[in-house]
Amino acid sequence: MEKRRTNEILLFQKRKLVFTAAAAVVILLYGMASFVTEYDTLLGLSSFPKAFKWIIVNMVPNAKALERLPNILKKLTETALLSVAVTVCAAICAFFFALLGSKTTRVNPVLAGSVRVVAAFFRNVPDVVWAILLMFSFGQNVLTGFFAMFLTTFGLLTRTFIETIDEVSNDCVEALHAAGANYMQTVFQGILPSSISEVITWILFMIETNIRSSTLIGILTGTGIGYLFDLYYKRLDYPSASLVVMSIVILVILLETISGGIRKVIL
Amino acid sequence: MPVLELKNISKTYDNVTKALQDVSITVEEGEFVSIIGPSGAGKSTLLRSVNRLVDATQGAIILDGQDITHVRGKELRRVRTKTGMIFQHYNLVNRLSVIENVLHGRLGHKSAVSGAFGFYTESEKEQAFFILERLGLTEQAYKRCDELSGGQKQRVGIARALMQEPKLILCDEPIASLDPNASRIIMDYLSDINKSMKITCLLNLHQVDVAVKYSERIIGLTAGRVTYDGPAQKLDRKMIYEIYQSHEGQLITDMKE
Amino acid sequence: MNESAAAQKSALSFDIQRQIRKTATGKIKTGAVSKSGFAIKATMLVLLGLSVLAFFTFDYKDIDFAGAVQGTLRNAATLFAAPKLKYASPGAVLNQLFVTFCLGILSTILGAAIAFFGALLCAGNISNPRVSAVIKGIVAFVRAVPTVLWVLIFAVTAGLGSVAAVSGLTFHSAGYLIKAYAESIEEMDYGTIEALKASGAGFWQIVFQAILPSSISYMLAWTFLRFEINFTNAIAMGAAAGAGGIGYNLFMAGYFYFDLREMGYLTYAIVLAVVLLEIAATKIKAKVK
Repeated sequence: MEKRRTNEILLFQKRKLVFTAAAAVVILLYGMASFVTEYDTLLGLSSFPKAFKWIIVNMVPNAKALERLPNILKKLTETALLSVAVTVCAAICAFFFALLGSKTTRVNPVLAGSVRVVAAFFRNVPDVVWAILLMFSFGQNVLTGFFAMFLTTFGLLTRTFIETIDEVSNDCVEALHAAGANYMQTVFQGILPSSISEVITWILFMIETNIRSSTLIGILTGTGIGYLFDLYYKRLDYPSASLVVMSIVILVILLETISGGIRKVIL
Repeated sequence: MPVLELKNISKTYDNVTKALQDVSITVEEGEFVSIIGPSGAGKSTLLRSVNRLVDATQGAIILDGQDITHVRGKELRRVRTKTGMIFQHYNLVNRLSVIENVLHGRLGHKSAVSGAFGFYTESEKEQAFFILERLGLTEQAYKRCDELSGGQKQRVGIARALMQEPKLILCDEPIASLDPNASRIIMDYLSDINKSMKITCLLNLHQVDVAVKYSERIIGLTAGRVTYDGPAQKLDRKMIYEIYQSHEGQLITDMKE
Repeated sequence: MNESAAAQKSALSFDIQRQIRKTATGKIKTGAVSKSGFAIKATMLVLLGLSVLAFFTFDYKDIDFAGAVQGTLRNAATLFAAPKLKYASPGAVLNQLFVTFCLGILSTILGAAIAFFGALLCAGNISNPRVSAVIKGIVAFVRAVPTVLWVLIFAVTAGLGSVAAVSGLTFHSAGYLIKAYAESIEEMDYGTIEALKASGAGFWQIVFQAILPSSISYMLAWTFLRFEINFTNAIAMGAAAGAGGIGYNLFMAGYFYFDLREMGYLTYAIVLAVVLLEIAATKIKAKVK
């Protein structure tokens, strides 16, 4: 009994020690980071209420902004369709790549290894680099955004699908092999049905993410809804810019709700 | 003519672990044979080497009069259609319907494309329903497999194996994940298939009493070697201790009687 | 097969005949009848349809596609095969990478701190349902606005620089982490909280004795993930909103100097940093567990 108590006290002390050490590390990191970036915490914190006040006063759509609504909606539709098309194309390519990279379905180990490296490469090169690179040849074109997002989405989904296929398929693949099924049959009768709901969940998630990235890439490459925001913002036409923000918010929340509903049914 | 002949099979994993050492077994047509032995004795490896899910390091496998030790590709697929397999964890595609899983038994007989996209002939589908009725699963036909109980899933596994019209059914711990009642039902079905359809059955079993009750012949496997091969009636306690390398009073079967 | 099938057809009992479902053309159906299967098919069809629609409605502006692809491939070859610094020194690159890293650190720490308290108000199992609903609504709004727009909005009031960047990144991080933290809290067993309540523990005691210990590892995992996102976002903010760090160098190299080789050098530096951070995060996470 006595021993247990001491153990408990020791555990408690250890926890306290770990907690203190962790807090110290966090504070140290914070201090260092503020110093390096010349970030003023007080100014930073006070920027929040200032920004809110400013938003409430300036970011209100007015009649002139509403006139721009048709154009905003047109660009918004383009952005939404772009995100869907990019994600679907990237997902289809990524699925076949993932088959080559997964432990259960790979054709040979060397190819599987190189698939993983290629996926990691596309995942880790920032989309900003792709956007600028594509901008040189494609110019202010919807395809610039398409390919920039395609490459990063492809990299990310390949890794994710490899994990999904690894998780999902070991047992049923063995049974299908035992019944004499070949590679194609195993993929379409075993792996695809077992992983399709996960795959769709990821596609829906990436569509949402890509709507946000396409805003960023749009600002950078002068396309889509991002360009429109940048245009109004630089002209100090904040009411119109706010309408752009609101339309994006509504689109994203709508998508989130729809994909949440679909997820509930299919998982 | 024997359905299956294993001649001096050895299997070594990663050049170190010896899973099977010089195993020779002959199974005659229509037999019901159980393999018993402690975990890690190589039972699973032995069963999987029969349909070449695992490749033996040495020895020869003769199935239905054909040496299949080195067959590859299309020929391997054709050979595999002759052996149905039933798994401990059922290994069904859970998100597909019962009937689709049963039809998977036909994949080895079909062309790559029609099998991949799930195009089956009407007579194949009718046969699937016929088998399902036999296993008492008619009402579950259109349910997804993840809606079934363990015993029902295993019956789907049996149906899939029967759909292959196999010469031999391999069962890898078919009842290890089931409760006693479902276990009895599954064993009864297997026994019935063996008797009425004359399909040879080769099983791995954990439960010695079940093996003795259902099989005519028992093979004891210990550390990758055959330590017993004979009629179930002649398997006495001493032999069981030898197979499981344990002493009197240590086995759970000792508690009975 | 045909003969035996014919024999079996007659053998199919009335009972099975009744169970079999057929298509309009009289073929036997095999697919499972489930809502989820239908939803999957419908979703796939809609997504494919929208993609096709997208390709038809895009304004391609008569682009010379083959030429653009060739040009891009040539540029990519220069960028990745011959990286070379001309305008910045390796030391400056390292320094700017470090600035980006620090922007990521600051916004993650601030975001996590805000999110911790936000999550306590947001988690359905410990908070007041009405408060929880309000917070959830705000969080959904905050997350729906792309990070870059937050940074640009903060830039108007705070001026371009680290304050706008950190505030913008923090805002989005907080939204993201509140949702993630609240979900980890909601996953915990209500029995534990009930037991502590029964023994007369106050709110903060419950938070620090029950909630924090049981969900800390999830929270840490989410925080690390968010840090990786913030690092990448900080690069993007540097490029798109002039927020400093390596992203700004990238922007200058691309848009002002048109120097692909400089971009290549910066890209490799970033990829190396991201990979190192990922390795470090995995190591730290393993230690925490």
